[in-house]
Amino acid sequence: MKHATQTPAPPTEGGWREGATASRAGSAHRAPARRGGPGQWATGRWATGQWAAWAFLVPVVVYLLAFYVYPLYRNVDLSLRNYTVRSFVQGDAPFTGFANYAKVFADATFAPALWHTIVFTVVSLAFQFTIGLALAVFFSRNFRLSATLRALFLVPWLLPLIVSSSTWSWMLNSESGVVNAALTAVGTDPVNWLTSPDWSLWSVTIANIWIGIPFNLVVLYSGLQAIPTHIYEAAALDGATPWQRFWRVTFPLLRPVSAITLLLGLVYTLKVFDIIWIMTKGGPSDASTTLATWSYRLGFGNMLPSFGPGAAVGNLLIVIALVFGLVYIRTQRRQGAA
Amino acid sequence: MTATRRTWWRTGLGLVFTVLMLFPVYWMINVSFTRDQDMRKSPPYWFPVHGTLEGYRAVLEQQGPYLATSLVVGLGTVALTLMIAAPAAYSLAKLRPRGGGVLSFVLLIAQMIPGVIMAMGFYAIYLSTGVLNTVPGLIVADSTLAVPFAVLILTAFMSGIPEELMHAARVDGAGALRTFWSVVLPVSRNSVITVSLFTFLWAWSDFVFASTLDQGGGHQPITLGIYHYIGNNNQQWNAIMATAVVASIPATVLLVIAQRYVAAGVTAGAVKD
Repeated sequence: MKHATQTPAPPTEGGWREGATASRAGSAHRAPARRGGPGQWATGRWATGQWAAWAFLVPVVVYLLAFYVYPLYRNVDLSLRNYTVRSFVQGDAPFTGFANYAKVFADATFAPALWHTIVFTVVSLAFQFTIGLALAVFFSRNFRLSATLRALFLVPWLLPLIVSSSTWSWMLNSESGVVNAALTAVGTDPVNWLTSPDWSLWSVTIANIWIGIPFNLVVLYSGLQAIPTHIYEAAALDGATPWQRFWRVTFPLLRPVSAITLLLGLVYTLKVFDIIWIMTKGGPSDASTTLATWSYRLGFGNMLPSFGPGAAVGNLLIVIALVFGLVYIRTQRRQGAA
Repeated sequence: MTATRRTWWRTGLGLVFTVLMLFPVYWMINVSFTRDQDMRKSPPYWFPVHGTLEGYRAVLEQQGPYLATSLVVGLGTVALTLMIAAPAAYSLAKLRPRGGGVLSFVLLIAQMIPGVIMAMGFYAIYLSTGVLNTVPGLIVADSTLAVPFAVLILTAFMSGIPEELMHAARVDGAGALRTFWSVVLPVSRNSVITVSLFTFLWAWSDFVFASTLDQGGGHQPITLGIYHYIGNNNQQWNAIMATAVVASIPATVLLVIAQRYVAAGVTAGAVKD
């Protein structure tokens, strides 16, 4: 191993080839000294390889430091100081420790915002997943046009969020929306979807479910494709009804994919901001405010921004997202290992 | 006979589901053609019976600069993302860097950080460096939506490139850089296109960064164009929906193209090339 340093292949383009071919010649030549021979050369190549490998990684590492770590650091810094517009520009805000966090926890908006975040996330996921799974099962039986229709189902997912949100806003408009027109047509009273505190959270949840169905459909559909058909054939031979086939075969076998879909959906739903902000701005009177929209409103929604508390709410949201994110990564790793 | 009937029954049901699902999209198009005086008619016209192009005329007159900005931002974000992600993916997939696993993990985590929160940190930085309300600033911020995804996807695709191909390049005297440029990139063309399409789409659709970092900018993207519309003239919904339709065109077009590329496997492409 000591010898490795004697012939270090220069970290140049040409050196790589030399190292590679020399190594082959070397190992052939010193076939008897099996342990020393290849190991020696492998170490030389290793050093060269590491130089090249990290040279290619420099841009992404610099990028992550500059555009992820640094903004997040600034965000933490914002949340630990008492910023005003003046000190925001001058950068001399006094350090106040966890005062912003205390302020946020004591705020009358905190409990409702947290509760709305939970309701919005859980209800969205439940419906997105159920509908997505039902559709995936439906589409897994190939029929005429099934591929085309499945592709069309992707459209809501690909539309810019501002497009879908403003379309839903107009559809749910109290006086002129098509949804209320349909309700009136069947004899039900119209609903103030976006302007009533009782309904605004449901309205944004409905829009979010609509946007999330395609993702669930696509992932669960690919999960279904991975289940071998002979299992179904065996179940059919045993006289299982389609209903039994689903609950006894499909559902258990789909559990790993389902876990991944739900966890990823969870992390993404916690982030949802655009839809709610565009449709209701979190209102009326905070009735559809979640942690994400609250953070935005504190930082950017008022004439007098309160960056400190806004950043504090944001950091809380990051912590929640990361907890579930780590659960997701762990689940995925464990499944990959199994 | 029964089999055929069953298939048609499924197709019929599938059509019903699709119509229900795409109704909002249809409604957006319908409203974009509706005349102002019919906008608040109850019940509404289910088809654009008195169709008008007023909305689209308004788009042409007022939204051109916004669309152009979005195009520049989208293309810029794609370029920046690829410049950073492609070399990184090559290294992670083929050069086995020490600590590569940790980096992949960091990227996975980075993907989960909410954009709203990143926006606040960016705002603080951009304000002090004077990048606030500029197109380059927006491009950099938008790229954070795509870079982790791009590295992870490209790494997965590039891992599938056969070792023999890399070995052949090495024997032919290619160094790491040359192998990357002349072998790995061309072979990964399909995945690079796929990543570019998604990146473009996300940058084009971005609202969070646009509304925080470019609110007062001279060049604003189309998402802000629509947002200002909603805020300013609540009455002109045909113009708002027409803008929405136009803003959806790239998504629709790119979906059609991307499907082909996603379908093509990377190793299959390598063998064919």
